[in-house]
Amino acid sequence: MIPGPFSYHRPATVADAVKLLSTLGDEARPLAGGHSLLPMMKLRLATPDHLVDLHGIGTLKGIRRDGNKVVIGAMTTQHELLASDEIAKSLPILHETALLIADPQVRYRGTLGGNVANGDPGNDMPALMLTLGASYRLEGSGGGRDIAASEFYQGAYFTALEPGEILTAISIPVPAAGAGYAYEKLKRKIGDYATAAAAVVLTMSGGKVASCAIGLTNLHETPLLATDAAKAVMGTSLDDAALKKAAAAAVAIMSPAADARGPVEYRKHVGGIMVMRALTRAAARAK
Amino acid sequence: MNDMTPTREQREAKLEGMGCKRKRVEDARFTQGKGNYVDDLKLPGMLHGDFVRSPHAHARVKSINGDEALKVPGVLAVITAETLKTVNLAWMPTLAGDVQMVLADGKVLFQNQEVAFVVATDRYAADDGINKVQVEYEPLPVVIDPFKAMDADAPVLREDLAGKTTGAHGPRKHHNHIFEWTVGDKDLTDAAFKKADVTIKEMISYHRTHPSPLETCQCVCSFDKIKGELSIWGTFQAPHVIRTVVALIAKIPEHKIHVISPDVGGGFGNKVGAYPGYICAAVASIVTGKPVKWVEDRIENLTATSFARDYHMTTEIASTKDGKVTGLRVHVLADHGAFDACADPSKWPAGFFNIVTGSYDFPVAHLSVDGIYTNKAPGGVAYRCSFRVTEAAYCIERGMDILAQKLGMDPAELRLKNFIKKEQFPYHSALGWEYDSGDYHTAMRKMMESVDYAGLRKEQAAKRLAFKRGETREIMGLGVSFFTEIVGAGPSKNCDILGIAMFDSCEIRLHPTGAGIARVGTKSTGQGHETTWAQIIATEIGIPADDIMVEEGNTDTAPYGLGTYGSRSTPVAGAAIAMAARKIKAKAQMIAAYKLEVHEDDLEWDIDGFRVKGLPEKTMSMKDICWAAYNSVPPGMEPGLEAVSYYDPPNMTYPFGAYICVMNIDVDTGVYKIRRFYALDDCGTRINPMIIEGQVHGGLTEAFAIAMGQEIRYDPEGNVVTGSFMDFFMPTAVETPHWETDFTVTPSPHHPIGAKGVGESPNVGGVPAFSNAVNDAFSFLGSTHIQMPHDYWRNWKAAKSLGVFA
Ligand SMILES: Cc1cc2nc3c(=O)[nH]c(=O)nc-3n(C[C@H](O)[C@H](O)[C@H](O)COP(=O)(O)OP(=O)(O)OC[C@H]3O[C@@H](n4cnc5c(N)ncnc54)[C@H](O)[C@@H]3O)c2cc1C
Repeated sequence: MIPGPFSYHRPATVADAVKLLSTLGDEARPLAGGHSLLPMMKLRLATPDHLVDLHGIGTLKGIRRDGNKVVIGAMTTQHELLASDEIAKSLPILHETALLIADPQVRYRGTLGGNVANGDPGNDMPALMLTLGASYRLEGSGGGRDIAASEFYQGAYFTALEPGEILTAISIPVPAAGAGYAYEKLKRKIGDYATAAAAVVLTMSGGKVASCAIGLTNLHETPLLATDAAKAVMGTSLDDAALKKAAAAAVAIMSPAADARGPVEYRKHVGGIMVMRALTRAAARAK
Repeated sequence: MNDMTPTREQREAKLEGMGCKRKRVEDARFTQGKGNYVDDLKLPGMLHGDFVRSPHAHARVKSINGDEALKVPGVLAVITAETLKTVNLAWMPTLAGDVQMVLADGKVLFQNQEVAFVVATDRYAADDGINKVQVEYEPLPVVIDPFKAMDADAPVLREDLAGKTTGAHGPRKHHNHIFEWTVGDKDLTDAAFKKADVTIKEMISYHRTHPSPLETCQCVCSFDKIKGELSIWGTFQAPHVIRTVVALIAKIPEHKIHVISPDVGGGFGNKVGAYPGYICAAVASIVTGKPVKWVEDRIENLTATSFARDYHMTTEIASTKDGKVTGLRVHVLADHGAFDACADPSKWPAGFFNIVTGSYDFPVAHLSVDGIYTNKAPGGVAYRCSFRVTEAAYCIERGMDILAQKLGMDPAELRLKNFIKKEQFPYHSALGWEYDSGDYHTAMRKMMESVDYAGLRKEQAAKRLAFKRGETREIMGLGVSFFTEIVGAGPSKNCDILGIAMFDSCEIRLHPTGAGIARVGTKSTGQGHETTWAQIIATEIGIPADDIMVEEGNTDTAPYGLGTYGSRSTPVAGAAIAMAARKIKAKAQMIAAYKLEVHEDDLEWDIDGFRVKGLPEKTMSMKDICWAAYNSVPPGMEPGLEAVSYYDPPNMTYPFGAYICVMNIDVDTGVYKIRRFYALDDCGTRINPMIIEGQVHGGLTEAFAIAMGQEIRYDPEGNVVTGSFMDFFMPTAVETPHWETDFTVTPSPHHPIGAKGVGESPNVGGVPAFSNAVNDAFSFLGSTHIQMPHDYWRNWKAAKSLGVFA
């Protein structure tokens, strides 16, 4: 549990960071909170020659409202999300989810940008970003670009980030007024990744589901948007039959790995249950 | 008497003796980060060692090449079995009479086995070095399932034992067989089963887990070439035994070996044995002439140093139709891993597993244990329990519940019907133990009343009906456990380690001003000995506990002791402390008689000194006696006030307790909720109720972890899949249930202060309580036994196999 040798860089601007990353090439990695990267380095599963620490770049931090969007700097920590009135008011589901990530120590250091850029299927924020229709701002030596969260994840630890690019901000449309939301996560203990988790944002109209998005965490090598499951509940009052149909549609797209959290069959089964529970809880919150 | 004269109560209180909830004196340093652990030690010029470990569970080692590693800046040496052979240390003896490779000699037998030891100027360089050592392996077929280890065509694991048909504990039946151990009367037991109205038979497994103390195993070895002396600072639960073992295997005279256990961050059995890291650090220090530090990381600790359990217990109970037990038959398949490195008293290959008759009056019983080799890490230590006692308690407590279910009897009633009665003590068990004292019925009834057992059963019955009607997806279980432990190893007539009797010791020196020091042969790894040992002395000789310094863990200063494990400290060393104090008191009485000019027999003890019988004003305090001991002792008496006692206990002690766990399980997810856990412990005389409560909380938390998910699991290829705290279940305060504690007091009749020991009871009694709760929850759906651990997915699987998703 001792990392290999590396050099450390601490640029002050995004431009410098991008320049460093592109000149140092493949052997350089951005360092955010370090709570995914450092454990991997200690196991020598990651052996970067260079760490480019993003903590010196002030512009990467902060939460601001931009029209009907909330824009969050990549280096904003989970703790800062939890402490933010803006998040509590316009994106309470982010609050609910951040509280289910690890423990206060990890949340003081771990960043939203690191969580979504990491590409680990166990991370909670990516599925939530899909559910909310978020987009990511990436900056590289060739300039900046925006990419939808739904286009970003390609496989376990594979993302649309090009070498030398960094993620600078996450921009999230504020859900419609009166939308209900829930993040249901089954885990074995504090500090554990999800055995299965589901994010739901929906609106109700006259007791029936008017819009719905469902995201799934740790049930596939990438986060999933369960579109068929969401369709299955549209126009329903979320009666038992509709819930079961949604769960079945969600289970159909799951392909989790077997691990100490349980065999594949179990993880899919509880994945379906998380979907049903998240739908029920979200509906109860919808106005 | 003027107003300033303290009352008797004030004098008592000032002592903070036995029964006082004295605050732990060691916590002043621990809570301020001022503890002094092995890894805090930094000696000038100190080097660091780290292991190259095997990725394979079973493989031939074709070659080891350290050339590239030696090019890493800072790397000084790469030690292999070949190096160790030059000092005859490639293999080492185990406490169980086997031998174990220190470094891979020709082959590896478990994943993460030590293959080479890289020594460097710092820890980083050492780790860079191990990544450059090239080892060529030829993988061999593995034996992971213990039930297949003795198949005729099972791979041969221990080639070094080829042709050896006898091991340290008798004949071997197969190339992967270690020993067979039998106790009890087979014929009488078979006859009881033939006559029985009702019998049960179940294979009850206690899975492999790990003690996982917060601080891993580590040491610093420093060899002084000029003096020929070896100093070892290490995380040892038994420092004197380590000194003797080193003297025997390294051929260094024992007086030239200094073993020091500084503060130790938890042991739970993990730190009893001798590990390759200690040998390699010592050899590296001898080779380099510099101090060498070896510190295990968490993965190494979980996967290479001693595991616990891995007992597979086929359990049969015979009974009359009205529930009186008439016989017990148990066969254990004991998976010891690649080497038999169990830490048991030498003559006990399965520890004290023959306590398996538990708290019940079995007229006959028969036990046989087969120990076997597999491609797993060696160990089999007593993880917070006396030797194999938690396995035994789990076996009988599950067995009794299974029998109750078959008889249609309440499990608590079945236990009450079969308990050894108060008047039967001292009780001779069918498997050979003499239980010292007990009052099981009182403890059990107190538990049942405290939790309203009858009310809980009613609630459960209602819930079961509601479940069957489809109104709830939750099921409810009550886990009853009544355990009897056997601790305090032990009497020299049946306990030794490598030939050294398992006594323990204390030396007390009182200083002229009425303060003193006590040095003890045990070693606290968190139990609070510095606090409680002083309390025993305070009560015995009337010196305030605050004025007694307790020192342990330095073999140069402490009298020889066998260390701390198996709840032996209070039963054995606690007795030695009282006996040493009594020697002091006897001398003090002579001094007081001389000073008060009366005959010794005219004196009586009174809290903190002596007084003349019938003349309560005429007194001499212990504090004054201390002064007198250094200036005016009776003619012919040696000055000074000190004593040593080596205590060989006449018997073990037998703590017991009644526990109950109330649990709900959601069948859809397998998620459980511990609603209530009540633990009544009887550990005899209670020295410090606060420390007892803390010990019970800690032990119950470990029991909770083990029963509900903590396991060392191997895949079929022999890879450990639970090698870090990400997967090895280590509950946090959030998951840990609330504990309710209670007690009764049945002193040990043979112990000087009547104390029995408590540190391990909660682990022993707790595991069956949790497991019985899960099993009780599912029983109405038709199951008889569900194996541990009861983590969420396994609960769900059980629910599914019982048809709840039909
Ligand atoms: C005990 C423990 C439990 C945990 N449990 C959970 C959990 O339940 N759920 C969960 O979601 N997470 C969990 N985590 C992970 C935690 O949330 C991490 O903080 C997070 O995954 C990564 O964020 P970070 O800021 O720490 O990033 P780092 O670890 O610094 O980086 C992670 C990866 O992202 C890259 N990266 C970081 N920032 C950027 C950027 N701006 N642009 C481009 N690439 C970037 C890095 O190069 C690296 O590859 C846990 C961690 C620990 C230690």
